[in-house]
Amino acid sequence: MSAALTFDRVSAGYRDRPVLSGVSVAINPGRVTGLGGPNGAGKTTLLRVALGLLDTTLGDVHVLERNLRDWSREARARAMAYLPQDADAHWPIAARALVALGRMPHRASFAPLSSEDMAAVEKALARCDAAQFAARRMDELSSGERARVLLARALATQASILLVDEPAAHLDPVHQLRLMELLREEAAQGAAVVVTLHDLALASRFCDEIVVLQAGRVISQGVASDALSDRVLADAFGIAALKAAELAVERLPIIPWRRL
Amino acid sequence: MDGALQQEREERFVARISRRSIARANPITLALAALALALGAISFLIGPARLGVGELFSGLFASHGTAAIIAREIRLPRALLALVVGAALGASGAALQGLFRNPLADPGVTGVTSSAGFGAVVAMYFGFAAINPLVLPASAIAGALATSTILYFLSRSGAERTALILAGAAIASLATAMTALAMSLAPNPYAITEMVRWMMGSLKDCTLADLALATPPVALGIVLLMASARNLDALTLGEEAAQSLGVDVHGLRRRVVIGVALATGAATAAAGAVSFVGLVVPHLLRPFYGYEPARLIWPSALGGAALVSAADIAVRLIAPDGQLLVGVMTAMIGAPFFIWLILRMRRET
Repeated sequence: MSAALTFDRVSAGYRDRPVLSGVSVAINPGRVTGLGGPNGAGKTTLLRVALGLLDTTLGDVHVLERNLRDWSREARARAMAYLPQDADAHWPIAARALVALGRMPHRASFAPLSSEDMAAVEKALARCDAAQFAARRMDELSSGERARVLLARALATQASILLVDEPAAHLDPVHQLRLMELLREEAAQGAAVVVTLHDLALASRFCDEIVVLQAGRVISQGVASDALSDRVLADAFGIAALKAAELAVERLPIIPWRRL
Repeated sequence: MDGALQQEREERFVARISRRSIARANPITLALAALALALGAISFLIGPARLGVGELFSGLFASHGTAAIIAREIRLPRALLALVVGAALGASGAALQGLFRNPLADPGVTGVTSSAGFGAVVAMYFGFAAINPLVLPASAIAGALATSTILYFLSRSGAERTALILAGAAIASLATAMTALAMSLAPNPYAITEMVRWMMGSLKDCTLADLALATPPVALGIVLLMASARNLDALTLGEEAAQSLGVDVHGLRRRVVIGVALATGAATAAAGAVSFVGLVVPHLLRPFYGYEPARLIWPSALGGAALVSAADIAVRLIAPDGQLLVGVMTAMIGAPFFIWLILRMRRET
């Protein structure tokens, strides 16, 4: 199996502030890769580099085994879908119209939506449980509903690589779980899914692999139990975690576990 | 989800959307076009010379006579120029609002029209326009381009929307002051008396030559804005998401800035700084077009044409001696509207 997205000793940053230094990661298709790390570790920057929104200062990024530099803007947009952190709609357009924007990379200029586009839009809406308010305006929806519509926009592109930045932040527990299930479904259908998550409980449960960044470097990667070892949790996050195996504690932690 | 239900839903959606594309000429767009044409025709019929409808229309095609001169050289340019100027300002406003994702953006409020006016005045009263008539619109377009470029860099450096409008207001005051300065220093003795005309905008005394100079750049500008329309929709998701959808955001900004400068600059060179049209029209029409920036540009051009025509009819009905300027009318409608819009936005946030 060849990697969908590889970072090969990538360094990148902003004017006087290097963010990533020598990051090498391979993202595999059919898997959900969680990107963890404290604030400012470079998670979003890594996604921006993958999308070509930020150039590398050193190193190479390969998308579907082709150097990122060799991709045309349009082809790249079909291959990778991106849901930025705190995404929102700047105009109160209808939810369905917003999801249809996800089809832009597939459409020629001035071409109307094809029936294939429309089917993709409806499917994405249904999968995000957003079909029932698809006709409503974005400003009439709750923040959780908006988040689902925005995710549907990213899914509607039907890209083989899905990059999602901190999507769980504004969701209630049931939709957090639904979101993670959706990302798993995308991966089950062959997509390479990269998701940044602050919630380590969600990350450890739903991600096949976790990459932990700290100060712009990869400090661990692998399955959750390895990547989020006690040492990593202490070094990178400055916390000690309760593992399920140690649950004989006085005050039981409540972790949203499954949808009803 | 249940497969049959899913399929049914898809079919319903396909049916709905294809109805929409068949009825692509939205009834409101058709109504706006009809309204603009009707107001253009009424505008043609109004004026100090007491000529009948029949006389005026036959004057359009007659080779000589008073009616022919009035119809072809006074009424027709004025009526058509009102439509052209309005279309330029309406489309520019809609595109700027889409680009800056800011319902307060408008070529007048952001100082683009006053800068164009400054460019026009320099060309006009310092003799440059006498070298070649094209210098006048070119200089106005250059003025508009300078300001829209400044706005572009301000928005790129992350100025939030109120800051952008405040900067625009400062540029507008500066450009107005520079216009006054230029006119005071101008060697042309008539300059000072015409100052108000440039600052407020007027369609009085415009000629076929004005119309001929204004129309091509305005048309080119509107075409450029229309061509950018779809990418403006993507900007609804923010710049990075738009880029991830394959939109060349920098190219888009350039096209909109140039399109607005061409349309607004050429319109201002012909009619002076008519303000608030680009603010009011897109805002009123937005709900009818699903708040989608792309669908709004063409209707805003039609609506702008109708509004400027209506305002120009109104000034002639209120003050038949020609003392009232069309820009006074649009500002009297637009400025209270602008304040109302700010208050409403404050309530929302």
